[in-house]
Amino acid sequence: MSEEIIKDVIVRENEDYIINMGPQHPSTHGVLRFEVCLKGETVKYLIPHIGYIHRGIEKMCEADTYQQIIHLTDRMDYLSAHINNEAVCMVVEEAMQVEVPERVKYIRTILDELNRLASHQLWWCAFGMDLGALTAFFYGLRDREHILDIFEESFGSRLLHSFNTPGGLMHDVHPNFQKRTKEFITYFRKKLPEYDQLLTGNIIFQERVKGVGYMSREKAIAYGVTGPSARGSNLACDIRKIAPYGAYDKVQFNEILMTEGDTFARYQVRMGEMWESMKIIEQLIDNIPEGDFTAKMKPIIKLPAGEYFKRVETARGELAVYVVSDGNKTPYRMKFRSPNFSNLFVMNELAAGGKIADLVAISGSLDLVIPDIDR
Amino acid sequence: MSSKIYDFSSLTGSIDAALNSWMSPGLAVLTELVIIGLVFLIFYALLGLFLVYLERKVCAVIQNRVGPNRVGKWGLLQTIADLIKLLMKELIPIRKADHLLFVLAPFIVIIASFMAMGAVPFAKGLHVLDFNIGVFYVMAVSSLGVVGILIAGWSSNSKYPLIGAMRSGAQIVSYELSVGLSLMAIVVFSGTMSLSGIIESQADGWWIFKGHIPAFIAFIVFLIASTAEINRGPFDLAEAESELTAGFHTEYSGIKFAFFFLAEYINMFIVAALGATVFLGGWMPFHIGNWEGFNQVMDYIPSIVWFFTKTFFIIYVIMWFKWTFPRLRIDQLLTLEWKFLLPISMFNILLIAFLVLMHWHF
Repeated sequence: MSEEIIKDVIVRENEDYIINMGPQHPSTHGVLRFEVCLKGETVKYLIPHIGYIHRGIEKMCEADTYQQIIHLTDRMDYLSAHINNEAVCMVVEEAMQVEVPERVKYIRTILDELNRLASHQLWWCAFGMDLGALTAFFYGLRDREHILDIFEESFGSRLLHSFNTPGGLMHDVHPNFQKRTKEFITYFRKKLPEYDQLLTGNIIFQERVKGVGYMSREKAIAYGVTGPSARGSNLACDIRKIAPYGAYDKVQFNEILMTEGDTFARYQVRMGEMWESMKIIEQLIDNIPEGDFTAKMKPIIKLPAGEYFKRVETARGELAVYVVSDGNKTPYRMKFRSPNFSNLFVMNELAAGGKIADLVAISGSLDLVIPDIDR
Repeated sequence: MSSKIYDFSSLTGSIDAALNSWMSPGLAVLTELVIIGLVFLIFYALLGLFLVYLERKVCAVIQNRVGPNRVGKWGLLQTIADLIKLLMKELIPIRKADHLLFVLAPFIVIIASFMAMGAVPFAKGLHVLDFNIGVFYVMAVSSLGVVGILIAGWSSNSKYPLIGAMRSGAQIVSYELSVGLSLMAIVVFSGTMSLSGIIESQADGWWIFKGHIPAFIAFIVFLIASTAEINRGPFDLAEAESELTAGFHTEYSGIKFAFFFLAEYINMFIVAALGATVFLGGWMPFHIGNWEGFNQVMDYIPSIVWFFTKTFFIIYVIMWFKWTFPRLRIDQLLTLEWKFLLPISMFNILLIAFLVLMHWHF
């Protein structure tokens, strides 16, 4: 890429005032370390240091069967656990040339969107916290609890559910699933405007986020930024639109795009996506076809030798799964292209020159989940 | 007019007379000072604990929660349990810290708030330090606290506290001006700097009502600036949890941390008490013109109840701010003060001087 888009390599100097933000810091949302160089209150440069929660998931995958890998993917982006599962399942299904039943596709899509809603709610909580609006945290968690209850009823777990399995689902959803999901959508349609009343319209909030952390479309492309963060810079990169999977080709929804490219634009994209997610769920929830909850699969899955690739849209961007198989029951090589890894490294470009408080707002608006970066 | 209100000076006077009757005058004064000191210490600690409890309950209400409810009835003993925990915690020594200053800093902060507390008129006649420059004294003493905060940040030999302390310095020095000018507005109205004099001047109506719009503007400016001066949200940049982990008291632990914590809450009380005294009539009951019956009923409510009701109203408003607003950025904070609040309050003072000259206030 040309020099004007990606800055030169950072040069450290001896008299730099360096502070370490993290690995234990309230606003890095996990064990991420920013080496921040300050000039008074102004950030001169920052270097992200990763690896504090590296568990070698890609290497572990090489020793595990495909059913076992599902459980590892939960632990990457734990807030989009269901969507991560689905990516691996889709790769295996494609390689085995299994056609999953329509019912599975519908349920998976609904769960994807519920998962996205829960994730965006938690992002909203944490973003409010980063900016010092502590009440936002409890508003978001209050509503997220309803989604987690739906998950708990159907899968028995709330966060890392591993509900997908190659070929379909572990078991059928709970009989109450449709009813409770519809109840939640009616409830949340009333509650989402409260978010705007509490935070979006606040003058202090707007002053803090407008014009802060500008990312141009070119920069987003150069750094491989995806998901809502890139859509705030008018980069149409929604995999649900580009390469529809599940039941996304059967529903009408808008891809939220903003042209401003600042923190407020990224905020508005996520707020808009919550409305769109509810729209998608409403279109599907009444039309779930009857049928099996899984396709017929062999107990031991051996992918035919070859390379397989599939991508999905998680709550944070594009997750791509690349599998090389040599015909055994474990993959020869497994590679995840995780959205947060790319989203993180644009931080220096956005935060350099701003204040410390801006740095916190920007990292909040990129919605980083650290285990997804380190894997 | 307010002769019906119970005067605490009759109680304190009788204690004074009793002491003088069986010891020399010098010894009597010494004994009185010790008694006042002890009463104040106990009141200070209890008030601090209660304010922490109150804040936790208020924020719980705002955030759809219940708040502390396990220790004691309605969780009333929760803060006492927390205090015991803090007392038993290890005081972690910081390597290469400036130990003398490190230990001194919490005391400076707490002494500053303790001194300011002496000038608060709690009720009619219940007023320890009542002299002709009361407002000036409170302003001077309460700004001593920033010295302690700066020392804390410097002596910790750590980077986050230093940034927090520098922020705090810039913030308090700036907002002191607006607090002072907004209080000056009422000093111009009432023509005295003594807190008891200001209260007496409100016997026929509180300044916020009879001071026209300028007094109201001064009250708003005072609320904003004093929230900033006591380092509370949305102006809590000095400890900005999400940016500086805990700001100037990052390296403090145990009871030394509790001192900062306590001083912050007592400062909130002092600021609210000052606001209530100057703008809302202190312990003076609510009177309307010549509604004699109504005024008499109001006089039956003890003056100490009036004072604490008004003070806790302002405290509630300050807490409400904190739990609703996001935090400002440092440049926005200074912009707000130097470009908006300060010019407004300066202009306001001129306006009030004009009003007083023309005798346009009640």
